[in-house]
Amino acid sequence: MKCRVCREKAVIDIRRHNAAFCREHFIHHCRQQVVRAMEKFDMIAREERVLVAVSGGKDSLMLWDVLLDLGYAADGLYIGLGIGEYSDASHEKAAEFAARREAHLVVVDLETSYGFGIPGGARSVRRAACSACGLSKRYVMNDAAITGGYDVLATGHNLDDEAAVLFGNVLHWNMDALVRQRPVLPASRGFVRKVKPLIRLGERETAAYSVLNGIDYIVEECPMVEGNTGLRYKAALNELETAAPGTKNQLYFGFVERALPHFEQLGAAGGAAVGECGRCGAPTTGDVCAFCRMRETAAPSAPRGAEGSEPELDPTP
Amino acid sequence: MPTVKVRLRNPNREVEIAGPRRVSAILRELDINPESVLVICGDELLTRDEEVAADSEIEIRPVISGGAP
Ligand code: SF4
Ligand SMILES: [Zn+2]
Ligand SMILES: [Zn+2]
Repeated sequence: MKCRVCREKAVIDIRRHNAAFCREHFIHHCRQQVVRAMEKFDMIAREERVLVAVSGGKDSLMLWDVLLDLGYAADGLYIGLGIGEYSDASHEKAAEFAARREAHLVVVDLETSYGFGIPGGARSVRRAACSACGLSKRYVMNDAAITGGYDVLATGHNLDDEAAVLFGNVLHWNMDALVRQRPVLPASRGFVRKVKPLIRLGERETAAYSVLNGIDYIVEECPMVEGNTGLRYKAALNELETAAPGTKNQLYFGFVERALPHFEQLGAAGGAAVGECGRCGAPTTGDVCAFCRMRETAAPSAPRGAEGSEPELDPTP
Repeated sequence: MPTVKVRLRNPNREVEIAGPRRVSAILRELDINPESVLVICGDELLTRDEEVAADSEIEIRPVISGGAP
């Protein structure tokens, strides 16, 4: 295979673009896709301070790498989930990357700051691990971004992630989630703006970018992922994609461009009133937010978090 | 018989396949969807049409990650 741009030997082919690229032009292609997504959906202004949620995986480290290369003031946020060796190893990857890029990594450890880790938290409220984990990550990301005075929170969701989540949301006609599944969630009272600059890149591309740039990311799967429905949806979508390249792109961007405006109208009409959590002050539609309910069950005697523990700053610059 | 050593991940394991062989043929033989992996040789990526020499070592690395958004 030959590079579409320079005709040199290609290192990767992307079937949905009917194109192959050499290393140099592939990296350029990835950056361009990020720039296009950010411009099209007005994600981040030049002077804004960005907090990038990094897990130690390929997507988030790639995103941080590209934003730094593009000259954004981007710090990383690593959340310690308390998942044994897996958490230690992924923290190490994030910290190594930060040190190599001389970038600043904020670290919040769930056990230190809130008194519980994901395995215990999930057990105590009888949620699936990934559901307890998603809830905790969303809470901590928003809290860390607001506390740190960041303008915007960026996450490494790629096209495969978004297509799989959309597929699941449609299978269950999960209307609340459909309304919120946008490339940009604007800031609202108590919530920082959230953006997903990698939506134009498949996860094969984010992995390839990381390998080609020598980004050492965690390849091992989280041990709690067993039975995760998202993986099943991804496998199904990959079958469809193999038969008809471009399927995932069509599903997701068709939704964003053609269906989302309708869902947004429904959302605006039926949205529940948002108040403040009686424990932590975070925005919630109930009296106590879902995160505080989980924390109170999982760690009844632990400090309340917010005041008790400043997010710990990583010693690396 | 000359073989290609193939390293697979999640879980980590190694298989040997008769070589030389094209990447696409190796993936087919192992029943792996090319959309779901990268094929790595040293710090290089191999495209599907490339031939892997006998006595070489490659890694087939899954790119799919799970979890909650
Ligand atoms: S796989 Fe599930 S539990 Fe593990 S880090 Fe991802 S969301 Fe959390
Ligand atoms: Zn080229
Ligand atoms: Zn709360």
